[in-house]
Amino acid sequence: MSDLDSTFVERENYFQTVAGLREDGYNLLSDLCAVDYLDHIDRALPEGVARERFEVVVSLTSISLKKKLRLRVLVPESDPEVESLFPLYPGAEAMEREAYDLLGIRFRGHPDPTRILLPQDWEGHPLRKDYSVGRIPVQFKEVKRTR
Amino acid sequence: MTTIHTPGGPHKHPDEEARYQEAEPGLIAETSEGAQEMGPRSSTKSEELTKEFGAALRLPEGIELDPGDINIETSEDQTMIINMGPQHPSTHGVLRIMMELEGETVLRTKPVIGYLHTGMEKTAEGLTYLQGSTNVTRMDYLSPLHNELVFSLATEALLGLEIPDRATWIRMLMVELNRMSSHLMWMATNGMDLGSTSMMIYGFREREMILSFFEKVTGLRMNHNYIRPGGVAADLPDGWEDDVLAIVENVPQRLKEYDQVLTGQPIFRARVDGVGIITQEQAIALSTTGPVLRSTGVPWDLRKDIPYLAYDQVDFDVVVGSVGDTFDRYAVRFNEILESNRIVAQIIDMMPKGDYKVASKKVTPPPRKRIDESMEALIHHFKIYTEGYKVPEGEVYVSIESPRGELGCYIVSDGTARPYRMHIRGPSFVNLQSLPTMLHGGFIADAVAVISSVDPVMGEVDR
Repeated sequence: MSDLDSTFVERENYFQTVAGLREDGYNLLSDLCAVDYLDHIDRALPEGVARERFEVVVSLTSISLKKKLRLRVLVPESDPEVESLFPLYPGAEAMEREAYDLLGIRFRGHPDPTRILLPQDWEGHPLRKDYSVGRIPVQFKEVKRTR
Repeated sequence: MTTIHTPGGPHKHPDEEARYQEAEPGLIAETSEGAQEMGPRSSTKSEELTKEFGAALRLPEGIELDPGDINIETSEDQTMIINMGPQHPSTHGVLRIMMELEGETVLRTKPVIGYLHTGMEKTAEGLTYLQGSTNVTRMDYLSPLHNELVFSLATEALLGLEIPDRATWIRMLMVELNRMSSHLMWMATNGMDLGSTSMMIYGFREREMILSFFEKVTGLRMNHNYIRPGGVAADLPDGWEDDVLAIVENVPQRLKEYDQVLTGQPIFRARVDGVGIITQEQAIALSTTGPVLRSTGVPWDLRKDIPYLAYDQVDFDVVVGSVGDTFDRYAVRFNEILESNRIVAQIIDMMPKGDYKVASKKVTPPPRKRIDESMEALIHHFKIYTEGYKVPEGEVYVSIESPRGELGCYIVSDGTARPYRMHIRGPSFVNLQSLPTMLHGGFIADAVAVISSVDPVMGEVDR
C-alpha cells in the first residue's frame, strides 16, 4: 500500500472499524486530522460514498506488520461529530482536540473537549475554508468633492 | 507571581460550544485558557481525571471510574495545584504545565499549550509548493531539514517524481547531520536542566561544528530551505568530504567526554535513574514515537522499518532502552548520535555523482547561466517563482523519523499550485501527552528532568 492510497469508512462504522483494525495489529495511532472540502464538495469519490463537507483522516500504524493504513470518514456539515477514538487509543486525545479546535469537528466521548492551540474564548475554527483570514479591511472614506 | 491563580474556573463540559464564562471577578489571571487548564477534581470528568493521573491504558470493559474512586490516599484539601511555565526556563520554550501536588509528589499533570501557535497550517494553504518548505522549516527549529524533507517527499509523491540518486544521498547526509546536531543540542540543554553547566557548553560546541557545515552548504544556520520538492537547492561545496570527515572523527571522541561528565557521574545518575518511567504498553497507547518509544524497548524506527530515501542501503542499528526511564531516554539519544555518525561516515564513501535536482522542467527552475542567454529561460524562471507549478489532485501522508519521532505530513492537493490542506503531525505534540504518565508519583524536582527527557520543541507543538 503506497502513501497515496486510503480507505473510506462510513461514519456509523468508524469506531467499530478502527477497533477491529486495532485487534488486527494496528496498535499505534499515527495521526488524526480533519479536512474541510467546502470548495470541492463535488470531488471524485468512490461509488457509494456520500459527498460531505468534512473528512476526518486517521493514519494507523502496525508495529508488528510494519505497515501503515489511512482511513477517511466523511462528516456532514450539519452534524460535524464522530465517535472519539480515545477509548481505543488514549493518544488520540491531543489530536482530536486539535481537530476540534481548528476545524470544529466534535468527538463524542472525548474526555476533555476543549480548544488546545487557540484561547478558549476564540470564535470560529480557522482551518475552515469559510473562515476569513487575517486581512484588515481598509476603510475608504468618501472624499468630498471640491470641484 | 503576584496574581492569585484560580485554575480552571467553572468547567462547562457538556456542551463544547458553550464558551468559557467569566469566573469570579478578581480571582482569574489574565488568560483565557479557561477549561483548558487543570481544574479541581470535583469539576473534572472522570475520564479526564484518569488521564491526568497518568492512567494511559484502557480500563476493563464496563468499569466506570468516578472521581471519588481514584485510588489516591490524599483528599483534595491536602493537595495544591501549581502552575509551571509558560516562561519557566526548563520548559524549553512556552510550555505550561499544571500539576496537582501532595507535598512534593506529583499526582496529576496537564500540559497547556498553544502559546506559540501562529497558524502555520493555514499559512501553508496560501503558499505555493515551492514556498512551502520555507514555512515548514520554521516548525521544528532544531531539526529544520527533517521538516523540509517530509514536505518535499509528500509533494514528490503527489507529483510522482523520481529524484536523482545524488539528491537522495545529499538529503540523507544533511538529515543525519541534523539529527546529530539536534541530539547534541538536547544533551546540552538536558545537562543544563540537571545542573551540569559544562555539558551545556560542550553540547553547543559540537553543534557549532555541524551548524558551520550547514552554513557552508545552505547559507544559513537554521531554517535552511535547502531540501525542496525535486531535490536540493544547491550541490555540496567542493571539499565537503573534509568538513564532514572532521565532524565524523571529532564527535565520537567528544562523546567520550560526555560519558565521563554525565553517564558515569553519580549526581547525574541519581537525578535520572528510575525517574519518569513509562512502560511499553503505555508508550504505544499514547502514540509516542522516537526516543521515548524506543527507550521502553520497542525497536520502532521508520528508517529501518518502513525505509525511505536510501536508508536500506546503509548499515546502522536501532538503539533501544529497557526500562523506559529518563536515563534510558538519555542513553538512546546518546547512542543515536553515534549511529548517525556511522551513517554519515558511510555516506562519504557512497555519495554518487550526478544531478542534485530533478531534470523535470516542471518543478526545477532553469540554471542561472541560462537566464542570461535565453528569453525563454527567463520567462520559465519567472513563471515558476510567481505562479508555482500545479500538483495533481490527490492526498498523501508521508512520515519520516525525525530526532523526536514520527514526523508526518498530510497534503491534500486540488490540482492547483497551492496545497488545499497541509497538516503536519508533530512528534513533540503527540509525545507531550505522555507527561502525566511519566510524572505521576514522582517528585516535583524530577519534573524538570522528565520534561527535558521528552525533548519537546514548542515551535512544532504549537505550529
